[in-house]
Amino acid sequence: MSDFIALWPGAASAYSREVDLLIGAFTVLIVALSAPVFILIVVFATKYRRGKPANRRHAPDRNVWLEVSWTLVPFLLLIGFYIWSTHLFAGLYHPPAEALEIDVIAKQWMWKFRHPEGQGEINELHVPAGEPVRLVMASQDVVHSLFVPALRLKQDVVPGRYTSMWFTADTPGTYRLACAEFCGADHSVMGGSVVVMEPADYARWLEETGTDRTLAAEGAVLFRQRGCSGCHDPASTVHAPDLAGLYMRPVPLESGGTVIADAQYLRDSILLPQAQIAAGYPPIMPTFANVLDEEEVLKLVAYIQSLKGGKERQ
Amino acid sequence: MTLQERPDRENLADTGLSETPAERVSYLRAGHTLKSWLLTTDHKRIAILYLISITFFFFVGGAAAALVRLDLLTPAGDLLSNEGYNRAFTLHGVIMVWFFLIPSIPNTFGNFLLPLMIGARDLAFPRLNLLSWYIFMLAGLLTLAVLILGGVDTGWTFYTPLSSMFAHGQVVLAATAVFVAGFSSILTGLNFIVTVHKLRCPGMTWGRLPLFVWSIYATSLILVLATPVLSITLALIAAERLFGLGVFDPAVGGDPLLYQHLFWFYSHPAVYIMVLPALGVVSELVAAAARKPIFGYAFVAGSSMAIAVLGFFVWGHHMFVSGQSMYASAVFSFLSIAVAIPSGVKVYNWTATLYKGHISLDPPFLFAMAFIGLFVVGGLTGLILAMLAVDVHVHDTYFVVAHFHYIMVGGAVSAFFGALHFWWPKMFGRRYSLVWGRLSALLIFLGFNLTFFPQFLLGYLGMPRRYHVYPPEFQVLHVLSSAGAGILGLAYLMPFAYLFYALRYGPPAGDNPWGVTGLEWQTRSPPPKHNFDAVPVVDGPPYDYHVEMEGDEDG
Ligand code: HEM
Ligand SMILES: [Cu+2]
Ligand SMILES: [Cu+2]
Repeated sequence: MSDFIALWPGAASAYSREVDLLIGAFTVLIVALSAPVFILIVVFATKYRRGKPANRRHAPDRNVWLEVSWTLVPFLLLIGFYIWSTHLFAGLYHPPAEALEIDVIAKQWMWKFRHPEGQGEINELHVPAGEPVRLVMASQDVVHSLFVPALRLKQDVVPGRYTSMWFTADTPGTYRLACAEFCGADHSVMGGSVVVMEPADYARWLEETGTDRTLAAEGAVLFRQRGCSGCHDPASTVHAPDLAGLYMRPVPLESGGTVIADAQYLRDSILLPQAQIAAGYPPIMPTFANVLDEEEVLKLVAYIQSLKGGKERQ
Repeated sequence: MTLQERPDRENLADTGLSETPAERVSYLRAGHTLKSWLLTTDHKRIAILYLISITFFFFVGGAAAALVRLDLLTPAGDLLSNEGYNRAFTLHGVIMVWFFLIPSIPNTFGNFLLPLMIGARDLAFPRLNLLSWYIFMLAGLLTLAVLILGGVDTGWTFYTPLSSMFAHGQVVLAATAVFVAGFSSILTGLNFIVTVHKLRCPGMTWGRLPLFVWSIYATSLILVLATPVLSITLALIAAERLFGLGVFDPAVGGDPLLYQHLFWFYSHPAVYIMVLPALGVVSELVAAAARKPIFGYAFVAGSSMAIAVLGFFVWGHHMFVSGQSMYASAVFSFLSIAVAIPSGVKVYNWTATLYKGHISLDPPFLFAMAFIGLFVVGGLTGLILAMLAVDVHVHDTYFVVAHFHYIMVGGAVSAFFGALHFWWPKMFGRRYSLVWGRLSALLIFLGFNLTFFPQFLLGYLGMPRRYHVYPPEFQVLHVLSSAGAGILGLAYLMPFAYLFYALRYGPPAGDNPWGVTGLEWQTRSPPPKHNFDAVPVVDGPPYDYHVEMEGDEDG
């Protein structure tokens, strides 16, 4: 890419090259659909210019078959591309189970990243090449959107819920990262970079960056500090669910029905405890919405996710 | 279904239209005082009032755009502050959408032409029509107040919780302005619908309506059905901002995606409010230029209605990366492709209309061709955006900015100028210089492409929208775009010079300077106060041109 003028963005994953192929092929199709219009307008405007002799006999003013065919043929061609593109898109919703999970917090106007071992960084994201990476994202304030052009990916980061995005970058290098959803005064400088590294380099980077504690360990501290353990500790006298082994288990609800205890459920249970009451427990848990910030919620969720075992629930 | 409610035909000459000689003068001379304009209920005068007001807003919005493009000449944010830049593009968007594009063709040409085209003496509710204009001006004044009090920095989309809880500007006032403008839209839409149903002259059946009338009718349905949703949404923003009512901000128990659904439920149909009237204008211009019936009248009229209906079911294509469900996205993608089909039908039909026509290269035709070229590019890039995997990359980038400018500025504004050049002799009774008209059509087309084509590349490169600080390798494309904007700005100014000149010095137009069909051309130019001296009676199809002439000497 020359420094003077850029015309096509670099690509850093197999997915991004496939998107390029899709838009290339689609461009060919739309040029084919529109070229007749442009050419014929010029031809007709020349040939049938007013006052110019030309054969104008039997000028048609309707032709149902022609109409039907120029309605249906483009439509069928488009359906083919629809299937291709939707298939590609559906892949974005199915991250591999073994993907490396990195937490992302967006806030006016910075990006914070936390690696599983606890290493944190701001506005810069280091990831290993060739390994699937999944970003779990939350916003502290307004809607932001994480955009990495070289991966042809973006995903809004919405307050009040987790969104996620996954990719396998395959070309080491440094790529631009930007906020794509307008988020206030400094939106246009809420950017940074994604550094794709050879896995060995990534491991070394993790090592050098170091950390005091893992996310889950920090969550464990919060779990005591904020008083969660007062009720949820197995030794507690309050009737509250034991959280060990809860993650990804089905939870029967007081209101009937069951939900899977995924990250979103854990988060909602902390911030909006009255929304979904686990069957058999009194609705006594207070909300922590005004007590915890998004980062702390993520730490607590990580801690709960790390709790293995526990007795089976009914 | 002709008009039954009118007095019976024999008596029309003495009960109805233009009975006194005094009324047989043109509407322009029926009263010279300011009051005679400000209290008029004549649809033609109200059209002129709208023309003046939206032209004013077009310049205010244009000035904001000029600031934006100047700032983007360099990668650093040097001309404006971050906050200042945000206010500039927000003002640009709010004014251009609600105070120029939405009222542009319907409220000026729709008002002026609808009664003339169906052989009526006015709209169904003339005083309501005047009220719409006053409401519109009130909303406009509120918007100017926003500007004077420091502006607003949410983007024209007012996304929550940014707008409801975090932004510092005059959000409530701006929302109020748009809220008020909505009433003007609704009343105008209602007026048009009733007029088309009730005031068609004898013989003007639905199948004989000019295509412009069909498109205004379809537009009015959208205005009446979609605008209330916007109004209530804006009211909810104000409630959350002022009283902390938790609707959209999760911190107080709301849902930000709910806002996006409500907003786009209005705003996608709203883009068709902007473009359907333009499609109607172009159908008229193409038929007139080719002196031929529009190819496939029923398909073209039907496609307007199809667009109006389908347009209500595609809003989710603005939310593919918002976190909405994958299945919702897949359905919205499919429907968005489907809505492109009726638009494509129109373009193919216009092209076929030219076949074996008698095509004149006068300014209205050139504007129509500019429209078709730009609309095709805008529509096809819309299809690119409807492809999920591609949209994930180009959503909220300059690619989207280019897409909708091709349609709304390239398309709708070209059609607006086309209409202005076509009906100007009718509205004011004077001809203008055709040479200058052709030149400005050409310059608008070239300036437009230079401004917006580079933005497709910028978008694919990953230049997010609403950024004024950007990587240096994007600068060349931005400079090209700003240069094009300079040309475009001048090209938009040109018609003011020669059209105003024509008002005074242009030769009289005569009733039908273009030699075309349509009831509006059968009355005088400018039309008398009550449009027709006698109630017209329609006894043939629209665009009833004599075809199959060989050689054709008389043009
Ligand atoms: C031909 C059919 C069309 C299709 C398939 C289509 C498709 C799309 C899609 C998918 C988007 C969302 C892009 C994104 O935000 O990532 C979009 C945005 C937009 N389109 Fe279209 N479009 C079409 C026609 C139109 C027309 C006729 C207009 C206007 C008259 C229009 C105006 C807009 C506007 C204003 C936006 C962006 C609004 C914003 O985010 O500020 N489109 N279009
Ligand atoms: Cu942002
Ligand atoms: Cu849309």
